[in-house]
Amino acid sequence: MSPSEKRISGRGATERRALSARAVFAGPGLLYVTLFMSLPLLLILVYSFFTRGRFGGIVWDFTLDNYGRAFEPVYLKVFGTSIVIAGITTLLALLLGYPTAYAITRLSPRWRTIALVLVVLPFWTNFLIRTYAWIILLNSEGPLNSALLDLGIIGAPLGLLYTPAAVVVGLLYAYLPLVVLPVYASIERVDRQLLEAASNLGASRIRTFVDVTLPLTLPGVMIGAIFVFVPSMGNFVVPELLGGGKTVMVGNLIRDQFLEARDWPFGSVLALFVVFLLVALFALQAAISRRINGKQVTRV
Amino acid sequence: MTPLLSIEHVSKAYDATQALDDVSIEIQPNEFFALLGPSGCGKTTLLRSIAGFEDPDSGAISILGDDGTSTSLLSLPPNKRPVNLMFQSYALFPHMNVRKNIAYGLEREGLSRSEVDARVAEVLETVSLVDKAKARPAQLSGGQRQRVALARAIVKRPRLLLLDEPLSALDRKVRVEMQLELKRLQHEVGITFVVVTHDQEEAMSMADRIAVMHDGRVQQIADPVTLYSRPANVFVADFIGSGTLLPGEVSGDTFSALERRLPCNNASGVHGPAVLMLRPESVRVTPDDSDACLRGSVIETHFYGGSSITAIRVDGVEQPVVARSAGAPRYSMGEEVGLLWDAAEAVVLAVGGSSETPP
Amino acid sequence: MSKVGWLRLPLAVTYAFLYIPIVVLVIMSFNASKTPFVWTGFSTKWYGELLNNELIREGFINTMIVAVSATILATALGTMLAIGIARYFRSAIVEAYSLAPAIIPDLALAIGLLALFSLIGVSLSLVSVLLSHVVFGMAFVAAVVIARLGQTDSSLEEASRDLGASAVSTFFRITLPSIAPAIIAGALLVFTLSLDEFVVAYFTDGPTTPTLPIVIYSMVRFGVTPEINALAALLLLVSFTIVLSAQRITRLTDSV
Repeated sequence: MSPSEKRISGRGATERRALSARAVFAGPGLLYVTLFMSLPLLLILVYSFFTRGRFGGIVWDFTLDNYGRAFEPVYLKVFGTSIVIAGITTLLALLLGYPTAYAITRLSPRWRTIALVLVVLPFWTNFLIRTYAWIILLNSEGPLNSALLDLGIIGAPLGLLYTPAAVVVGLLYAYLPLVVLPVYASIERVDRQLLEAASNLGASRIRTFVDVTLPLTLPGVMIGAIFVFVPSMGNFVVPELLGGGKTVMVGNLIRDQFLEARDWPFGSVLALFVVFLLVALFALQAAISRRINGKQVTRV
Repeated sequence: MTPLLSIEHVSKAYDATQALDDVSIEIQPNEFFALLGPSGCGKTTLLRSIAGFEDPDSGAISILGDDGTSTSLLSLPPNKRPVNLMFQSYALFPHMNVRKNIAYGLEREGLSRSEVDARVAEVLETVSLVDKAKARPAQLSGGQRQRVALARAIVKRPRLLLLDEPLSALDRKVRVEMQLELKRLQHEVGITFVVVTHDQEEAMSMADRIAVMHDGRVQQIADPVTLYSRPANVFVADFIGSGTLLPGEVSGDTFSALERRLPCNNASGVHGPAVLMLRPESVRVTPDDSDACLRGSVIETHFYGGSSITAIRVDGVEQPVVARSAGAPRYSMGEEVGLLWDAAEAVVLAVGGSSETPP
Repeated sequence: MSKVGWLRLPLAVTYAFLYIPIVVLVIMSFNASKTPFVWTGFSTKWYGELLNNELIREGFINTMIVAVSATILATALGTMLAIGIARYFRSAIVEAYSLAPAIIPDLALAIGLLALFSLIGVSLSLVSVLLSHVVFGMAFVAAVVIARLGQTDSSLEEASRDLGASAVSTFFRITLPSIAPAIIAGALLVFTLSLDEFVVAYFTDGPTTPTLPIVIYSMVRFGVTPEINALAALLLLVSFTIVLSAQRITRLTDSV
């Protein structure tokens, strides 16, 4: 055997070992993800093309009607409401989350850690309980109303609960931490020298923020926006508990198709819409992020 | 001549470290000035104080205006100072193309669109990047990025251009080219350059004058030749170039080591313990040791093509004496030789009393 | 705090927004009144009532069964997956695929799992909830461990192999100790996640074995009783403790 042949066969052995190590370590996990994430999602994709059974379940007659139904006015209205509610929530989350994240980057390292932990902490608590807390707060006999009454700001209790505004507040409360984190990370990543360069070239602080910080943190802002917008569309608990069922969102529709109307194929169409929305927004984010960093080849 | 930039008694401390300790420097118009020193010597802090990104604890920095009056820089925010900085990382805006990067500073001055365009076009010509105007920084090579950074700074026509380690991000071959290029550009645009560098070769080959800094203090300000041949203290002697530092003692006007009086040129200014600095090319090696200043045995020889280096161990001296001569080595290992030098080329430097102790 | 200036305002608004509801909830849990919204006086009686509530006790037991098993399974699978990805695959696509269950909308995952279980004839029970919780729990563990593996030097493992250790002994003596804090932190996170998870459990749980969040949901929906305030306060305390410990464990080792 020549030395070069020896080397090649040696590398082959290393590669075989690496392959078997991959199989041993990652195999079970990847199989699990495939079985309990990909397969379920594939299944609802398949269901979306078939006909509903009489008592739930599925009848194997191919049809595109389920997609057609999504365009009926009653459902378009639900999409419209969802987009408005989720959109307002996202906007508020950014308006509050961006300055918060920006302020956190200005804290000393010790306070920065504490501030970040305090932002994520509520996110890890029970979502129902966090929503329930707002039922107490916003109740007509609740602390907020009694405080306002006692202070003489209002004469009679406000009907805060069971309004679209309550839904927005609940969703904002649920997902605000998911905006602060990616935005914080993106601000932290902006090279300080770029800010100094802008200032050195004559830009005021506000100019520097608008010309440099804001565009460079746009990818992080988009991640945060996606993390609020998509789950807000698919949330059925907050519209039900804080909206009193009067504000119907895509999430409520999906829940009802599966648990009440027993129309799984149509429910699948709606759920796929949420999944595709997520994927499409992430793709858009990736494209914009590449563009901002100038990684893509532009024709000169 | 009135200096363009005067730095007077500037000090700055961070917690326990004194980054700048009573620094005073005057920089003349159209000068190519270098701040040279090892990392942590304070040169970058000084540069950032001039640009406005650090606030000195005390002292003054002022710049001469076009009208001949001097303005205090420290009272101006960074974006109002008539000083531009080329960053070590270049700090090009990744989301703007080359043209926009260069135009950015002009737009902040509120110049008309046509004037901005004309000046950007002109500077692109100067740095030969006309065909890259629409490229993003990520699509450029290191050398091209450096030229964009330079163009972005000089297009503002500042009174003073600060360059922070301008060549450190480039590989060796490009670096040598860019040294010449920078020198040429400085001449062409007629802007005063202040370069910060830790690379003595870079400073020596480009700068008209150099301030050597160490531990937050200016050790010496001089032209490259003076720095090399007449260092002001042991730190400068050791930091610039190579050579031998021979420990000894000065009494009266003679330097002696190993109980011998050695030829030197300036012993009268020094008292007590001192070192004698011998540059390798000043030392001559002779086989005949009758009139030699010192004697020793050859321990190493190296041939570098055009010249060779001979290291000679002298009994009682820790550091070998190094001599450079033209051509191939003429002595073999272990050979006993004599060492000779001209008094004029041997510099006596005081030891102790300050921080300038030899490492 | 000197550099913060006017930015104190958004910080104050955000933290007030995040914590006022929690504080109010905890205060209300000590309310003597029978209506959970109106404060009448201090009492700890609802904490006592909690123990007598059959539904809550049952839900608690069901939840603990799921959370403990999900933690064990997800931690084991997620750790191995992380090592496989960080050390052997080094592929961004495989990594994204493995972490996707943590990002995919929970409602879509929930109905997909419901469809899958009914198709293959798995009757809905705590087992189906467990299987479902493991899939995203595993992704969270993998994410934490991959981050940790990214900070540790793979040349340590190569050095161990070079010095003659077998792959197995390298794994137990070098790899595992260096990622142990991340594994513990990941396990703690999965535990709280499973403990508090509602949407997926709501779709994949059987009617006779409700988990605690499902019990809470029906209590909130059909008649709020003051016990809920006490239960909520306790659950908040548990989650806070667990998440803060996870944070401490990872941060303690970050500085080393």
